[in-house]
Amino acid sequence: MNDQNGNHKPIIVCKDVHKWYGDFHALKGIDMEVKKGEVIVIFGPSGSGKSTFIRTLNRLEEHQRGQIIIDGIELSHDVRNIEKIRMEAGMVFQQFNLFPHMTVIQNVTLAPMRVRKWPKAKAEEIGMELLERVGIPEQAQKYPANLSGGQQQRVAIARALAMQPKIMLFDEPTSALDPEMIKEVLDVMIELAESGMTMLVVTHEMGFARSVSDRMFFFDEGQIVESGTPQDIFHNPQEDRTKLFLSQILTH
Amino acid sequence: MTTTTQTEVIRPPESPGLWKWIRENLFSNWINGLLTVISLIVIYWVVTTSVRWVFFAADWSPVLTNPLLYLVGQYPREELWRLGASLAMVSLLLGVSWRKWGGVMRTFAYMYALFMLIGAFWPAQGETLTMPMRIFFLVNILVTLAGYFLARVAAIRSAYILGAWTASAVISLILLSGVEALNLLPKVTTGLWGGLLVTLILAIGGITISFPIGVLLALGRRSSLPVLSVISTILIEVVRGVPLIGILTLFSIILPLFLPPEMRIDRLLRALVGMTIFSAAYMAENVRGGLAAVPDGQIEAAKAVGLNGFQITTLIVLPQALRAVIPPIVGQFISLFKDTTLAAGIAVLELLSVGRSILQANPEYIGLQTEVYIFIAAVFWIFSYLMSYASRRLELALGVGER
Repeated sequence: MNDQNGNHKPIIVCKDVHKWYGDFHALKGIDMEVKKGEVIVIFGPSGSGKSTFIRTLNRLEEHQRGQIIIDGIELSHDVRNIEKIRMEAGMVFQQFNLFPHMTVIQNVTLAPMRVRKWPKAKAEEIGMELLERVGIPEQAQKYPANLSGGQQQRVAIARALAMQPKIMLFDEPTSALDPEMIKEVLDVMIELAESGMTMLVVTHEMGFARSVSDRMFFFDEGQIVESGTPQDIFHNPQEDRTKLFLSQILTH
Repeated sequence: MTTTTQTEVIRPPESPGLWKWIRENLFSNWINGLLTVISLIVIYWVVTTSVRWVFFAADWSPVLTNPLLYLVGQYPREELWRLGASLAMVSLLLGVSWRKWGGVMRTFAYMYALFMLIGAFWPAQGETLTMPMRIFFLVNILVTLAGYFLARVAAIRSAYILGAWTASAVISLILLSGVEALNLLPKVTTGLWGGLLVTLILAIGGITISFPIGVLLALGRRSSLPVLSVISTILIEVVRGVPLIGILTLFSIILPLFLPPEMRIDRLLRALVGMTIFSAAYMAENVRGGLAAVPDGQIEAAKAVGLNGFQITTLIVLPQALRAVIPPIVGQFISLFKDTTLAAGIAVLELLSVGRSILQANPEYIGLQTEVYIFIAAVFWIFSYLMSYASRRLELALGVGER
């Protein structure tokens, strides 16, 4: 496991992952390997299991069959493993989910201070650096309610990055945003991708997928229907369902 | 600056003058005019009658004559210095808190000073407040100011102030009840305590103890551990299904059955425990409402950044849940405060029963119930209103960052 090999060794390995909600079979055997530094886009119709899948990766949802191995640690019922993986995998939600009773900088420094046990000064220094990186250092002392949706989502990205994760999971990060704010969030994500972060993004932003992602996965009815480079997916889709879906979201 | 386009400045409409307002709102048509006139007559009649009764017709002597009975009941007069010492601690800490937190605490300090002034200049007849007592009331105002300036000179941490409040409560209770072994502090049985002292002990004790228990019960009821949630649910539902007076009497009659005969639990303590348990059950349901109001996304976000279950509860869920239920919680505090009167049912001499016993003990007060009960109602109203006011201030202060 030296450095050269490390780059080829997958950081996320999913083998035959299944998930049921009662009788509903939400994930039907997902296999996926993600290498370090890859940017993966997951797309598909609503109810296709794409959000469920990304949420199994940090155990917000529990998978019932198969294997998920993140950075060499297998997700199981072992709480210590779950906590370790959550430290390594940051997550950004559709609804931002900032803590409304804390200021922006408190949102960002909370986990580093409580989980990584950094002293306050260090956490705040790194927190301010991150707020600068996402372009809103001047909002540090405000409460989330006083920020626009785009600003809130950028704070949420900074909050996830503050734990210095190896992987970033994005669950429809721009779906709840007004159109004029989508770009400011995507710009931050593009910069993050260019910095070499391993990213899994559930999104319908096909412009982002085309220009930034390394591979795309099309989900439908709990399965991966098709995967490939953006080149393959956009110009040479193999499956009818992929073609149909792309025609539906790209025509207007 | 000259501009080619004419932009008209749009102003908000002028606020109407007084006469215009009256015409538009009180006399807009003949029905409204009639209602206004009738209302004015009724208001005039009620106000003049009340004023005439309060200042001329009423005989306030049962209230004015016995200030110490209302304040402390039968607490031995030669041991009153202990109460004074406790009061001085409260004064000092109130001053410190006023400087530290301002807001509600400032209002409390003003009200406290007002109470002290009223005490100092109480127009008492009969068993009077002695001159040293009156001077002591005034000194307490100075002690409060001293606390204020102390906190201004030295920066004191909030945790220390809270600790000092807790310590002062414990020290006060030890002082008041005395220590058997010490010559200096002979035991004063709680049977002699009474009046406002007992009412406040029951209320403050009940509130501060029932609050954390209520929070724990609410968390327990929502716990994923079946044992915990079943026990919490049973406790909450059983207690909520029984009237408070029932719980108080149950404690008086049933508790001694389980204990050896030589061990007698203090009556005041029994009342306190009963009220605490009762209030905790209601508190738990209020808090549970707040817990349900915290969106799942908050817990997911907290999990995703790696916080553990305890941290999620204390740092993310509870602060939001409790803020959402300040009004019902304070409502619960206020009703607990008023429910202290039910302790009379197990022979605890709180404020209301002191009033009643004063009426019964003195034949010359026959027919003066109205005066006594109105006075007691006024005392209850003042304290309840202060709590309600504090609640509103707290909501405003914590409203920052509302979604």
